Amino acid sequence: MNSSSNSAAHRSPLLAAYAAFVFAFIYLPIVVLVVYSFNRDGVGGFPPRHSTFDWYRQLFADSAIWDSVLNSLLVAAGAVALSLTLGLLAALALDRGTFPGKALFRRLVLLPLILPGIITGLSMLMFAVFAGFQRSLALAFFGHGTALISVATTELFAGLQKMDRRQEEASLDLGATPWRTFWLITLPNLRLSLIAAGLLIFTLSMDEIAVTFFLIGSDNTLPLEIWGRLRRGITPEINGISTLILAASMVLIVVWYHLRTRSEHQ
Amino acid sequence: MYSRAYKLLISVPPILWVALFLLFPYALMFAHSFWSVSDGVIFHNWNLSNYRTLIHNPLYWQVLLRTAGIAGSVTVLSVLLGYPLAYFLSFNAGPRKELLYQLVIVPLWVSYLVRGYAWKTILGSDGVLNGFLQYLHITNEPVSALLYSPFAVILMLTHIYTPFVFLPIYASLEHIPRLLVEASQDLGASPRSTFFRVILPLSLPGLLAGATFAFVLSLGDFLAPLLVGGPSGTMIANLVQSLFGAAFDWPLGAAISILILLFTLAILALTQRLEKRWSFE
Repeated sequence: MNSSSNSAAHRSPLLAAYAAFVFAFIYLPIVVLVVYSFNRDGVGGFPPRHSTFDWYRQLFADSAIWDSVLNSLLVAAGAVALSLTLGLLAALALDRGTFPGKALFRRLVLLPLILPGIITGLSMLMFAVFAGFQRSLALAFFGHGTALISVATTELFAGLQKMDRRQEEASLDLGATPWRTFWLITLPNLRLSLIAAGLLIFTLSMDEIAVTFFLIGSDNTLPLEIWGRLRRGITPEINGISTLILAASMVLIVVWYHLRTRSEHQ
Repeated sequence: MYSRAYKLLISVPPILWVALFLLFPYALMFAHSFWSVSDGVIFHNWNLSNYRTLIHNPLYWQVLLRTAGIAGSVTVLSVLLGYPLAYFLSFNAGPRKELLYQLVIVPLWVSYLVRGYAWKTILGSDGVLNGFLQYLHITNEPVSALLYSPFAVILMLTHIYTPFVFLPIYASLEHIPRLLVEASQDLGASPRSTFFRVILPLSLPGLLAGATFAFVLSLGDFLAPLLVGGPSGTMIANLVQSLFGAAFDWPLGAAISILILLFTLAILALTQRLEKRWSFE
């Protein structure tokens, strides 16, 4: 019967061509970006004629870029730690806690994911001014960590819902303390959800602009450093760093699929 | 089975944190929208004057309409690109399905800024597209109308949100029991009516979820207009940003933000209800 659902009517060459067109649309800008990072004559013009590594040499000597990369890594690592800790607690609270306003809390946590980044960023800026905090890298970390609790809670709550309750029940019935049960049963069972959420939060934080834009001080994160340079005009150096970001994303994707397939085989 | 102490320990810290660092900032935004500013000082006198300004000044309506137009175009284009792609993968791709699926997902991990920047290098007057057109002698002079226009914003956002729109549509197509499709065909329905009477209605919840996603995310974007939009591509969030920046009118900026917030929540509430009604499970 399988063949009939893929009958001739479905197998239209027109549809296949259209799908190829959509793929081209999705990938063309990315390919152009990478190709022109090796173009001696810079960005633009056609066809790209002379290849060079000069832009990469220039990029590797550019300390402002690498400072901003370090800043971004610090902010992202901090955001992962903060949002996973609070997100785990929030997911546990939603899963097994009893408190008034639980439905409201669930919606509230998700708001930064739903609302435009500018609204969350500006609200946090107002809070910072109200509380007397200076705009800084630390404030950006705090903003990312708080906004991304939404992602951590969603992922970890889904993980908890899939978990086998009987293991925890058995542990508690056999006299383990809740604390011990948490460390020996709950946390190991959530391992994959924690890694997935961590990777996602890390990527989102590394790429975040809208919230960071309003919270950052004089030290830039990588996206804001690039942003600042774009306002001044485009250079192939930015193609170079974009290509490197692309390569780093690819590594993360491969790591992620590797982890996922390994856990599925277990 | 969980003790009271355990429940308190897991509930209190996240509730306090979220209340203090998320709910309170949003509430502060709400409060600001009723305040006013004069000579760079914010006065806490509660009134509706900011909202009145918004209603009476046609500039805001004009930008709001343009924003809705851009977000609407992005939504329609993303669906027109994403739906056939999802359909192709789900029904037609055969053994390459998994690989192609991953290929659609990969760009989601690629930085928003990187993708926006790529379009800037393509569309600019010394850009790749102009170079290409001149290389083919289609034009002799660079076409400068490509970049810094609403068109460029629509193109960039469509590129970013097409994979987002694809995902829920693909998921809903994959959930359609293939027996239903076969039954429709065996009972003599043409491929066309099988699509319009079986497949499309069953995939509506996914389509709606994807479309909502694209619309809501485009609606509040202020980076694409700054990057590729130019003055004619200014969107509502850019007004907010300038009111919080050089113009220093936080209360008015807050009032626009609150309107965007309410609009977003209203759309989400509406589409959630529709999704529930249209889902077949």
